[in-house]
Amino acid sequence: MTVTKEAPVAGEPTVHPRRSWTANVFKARESGIVLALIVLVAFTATQNSRFLSGQSIRDILLGTAILAVLAVGQAIVMITRNIDLSVGSVLGLAAFAVGSLMRDNPGLPVIVALLAGLGVGAVCGLVNGALVRFGQVPALVVTLGTLYAYRGVSYFWAGGQQINADKLPASFLDFGTASVLGVPWLVLIALLVLVAAGIVLRSYPAGRELYAMGSSPQAAQLAGIRVGRNTTAAFLVSGALAGLAGVLFAARFGTVDAAAGTGYELNVVAAAVVGGVAVFGGSGSAWGAGLGALLLTVIGSALAVLDINQFWQQAIVGALILLAIGADRLVAVRVAKALKKRDSHV
Amino acid sequence: MSDQGNRLGRLLSWDAAVVLVTVTVLIVASGAVENFGTSRNFTFLLLDLLPIALVALPMTFIIVTGEIDLSVASTLGLTSAVMGSLWDAGLSIETIIPLCIVLGAVLGALNGFFVTVLKLPSLAVTIGTLALYRGLAFVVLGDGAVADFPRAYTSWVTGTLGDGPIPNVLVPLAVVALVFGVVLHATPIGRGVFAAGAGEQAARFAGIRTGRLKFWLYVVSGAVAGVAGVLWTLRYSSARADNGYGLELAVVAAVLLGGVSIFGGKGTLPGVLAGVVLLASLQNALRLQDVSNEALNIVTGVLLIVSVLLPNIVSSARTALRRRHRATAPSAVSPER
Repeated sequence: MTVTKEAPVAGEPTVHPRRSWTANVFKARESGIVLALIVLVAFTATQNSRFLSGQSIRDILLGTAILAVLAVGQAIVMITRNIDLSVGSVLGLAAFAVGSLMRDNPGLPVIVALLAGLGVGAVCGLVNGALVRFGQVPALVVTLGTLYAYRGVSYFWAGGQQINADKLPASFLDFGTASVLGVPWLVLIALLVLVAAGIVLRSYPAGRELYAMGSSPQAAQLAGIRVGRNTTAAFLVSGALAGLAGVLFAARFGTVDAAAGTGYELNVVAAAVVGGVAVFGGSGSAWGAGLGALLLTVIGSALAVLDINQFWQQAIVGALILLAIGADRLVAVRVAKALKKRDSHV
Repeated sequence: MSDQGNRLGRLLSWDAAVVLVTVTVLIVASGAVENFGTSRNFTFLLLDLLPIALVALPMTFIIVTGEIDLSVASTLGLTSAVMGSLWDAGLSIETIIPLCIVLGAVLGALNGFFVTVLKLPSLAVTIGTLALYRGLAFVVLGDGAVADFPRAYTSWVTGTLGDGPIPNVLVPLAVVALVFGVVLHATPIGRGVFAAGAGEQAARFAGIRTGRLKFWLYVVSGAVAGVAGVLWTLRYSSARADNGYGLELAVVAAVLLGGVSIFGGKGTLPGVLAGVVLLASLQNALRLQDVSNEALNIVTGVLLIVSVLLPNIVSSARTALRRRHRATAPSAVSPER
């Protein structure tokens, strides 16, 4: 009896080096994305100097901003070992809601649009969270269902009409293009989201609890973490961020119909997974998700510049998802092997 | 007591309930929806549910083992696109069709390889191949379409037996469904599928090679999606890269509606077929009422959620009921305590 009780105490010192070992690997993973980015940008730039023009970089950053906001929300949900497939539909619903709000009330300040988008998204996210929590149903099924349900609501509401740029107030459209000290507003907002989520996930108890839930839901429950409440909160945040992304979408493109954001969920999941967020929960970071979003956007832009058929983009997204989860698995196997080896020496 | 519980259980049996709801929908729709009961619409209804039913057969096996295949609709699209470009290239249809089915099997084998050899989560793998296969479909065929397939084939697929309402293609489908049903419910393979879903480790200790089993299920799923791609192309006489877009939702919804547990280990094929008919006839009836395709998405999405929520609600209600019985039963025997 006493022996078994002592065992975990004796094993404790090994916990620390183990964690730093995996941390290093994941750091290497993120630096791998940076390396891929540098190679891709360098190669594309040598083929066509237009790629590094101010306009091109601006377009890439604007595209990344919207995808990164979505990917951060997805990362938060995926860290808890759930998934939110409904983000593209939430984006569309929020974009249409905010678009018609601004069209009908041209005097409203932009901050109202942002809050309205956040609100619409938060409600959608809350529905997802409540269904997952109280229905005891896998998030995959719930959000696959709401992916179609929310999109249906958009179509029902929009009924084939489109909100065009000339119907939207100038202040709102300016927000989509204006910049502060050369940095577009959309990019600033995305950076703000990235930093806030990064800090909360990394350094706050609420953030650490999400990792614990993803690593082992049962252990987290036993450790007194309020798993149900946190799950709902994660979906709420993901939905709210998708709503925010909807506002950014409407402001950037100025044209919104019921189909806005169709199929985005794939790119969002891809950005998070490529950025090192594990589909089985418990690891990943907001930074990684942001980097993944940047990589996907750069790939899309590079394909256009290199005159490669844009249809390749979706295939590349799929291949990248497979590559990323394969790499994840490889790392996990190597870590397990290294641990086994060390344990056998002890 | 237990007798009463059994009867309650049978009444609440999911399969029976789905069949009952399906029959009710069919009867109500025939009475209330104009043109629903006509034999022409009946043919269309059957042709519409055909690809869903076909793909749902292997999907049932896969979900019962506790895995999932979200790439089926993209496999359908890619086979359709390849079928179109091969036809454009001048191959004969008799060569193209088997090639397309083999292609489907290869695409399924790739899923199976990732899931069983590399041991990656099937959800992530098939989200990846969902994007990959659909992207490749567009790479192969772009956003154009290839039509002018031989009339003999297209008219057979859209044609009916004699002058009746039953489509020709329903006959082979019925045979295939029967084979899948027998394999799932009356052979060692089927028992292996249920065992793998109920407890993978236990199944392995019992001598079932769960990895190999799952691999072949993905191969079959891909091949069947290939067949569905061929039939889809012939039915609309149009090979397009976006054929069958979003079909995975309808298939997963029908399978779960049919009483298969998303957690694996539970489900019946007759239940799934009832789920397919229910979903297809609801959509058909609503479409006849001029409800837009997009609004139908709400119905499908909500049905999907309800079909996973309801069993949980029923089972927790049942536990609560049983607890209440247990609480009241002793007090009836000895009221003083």
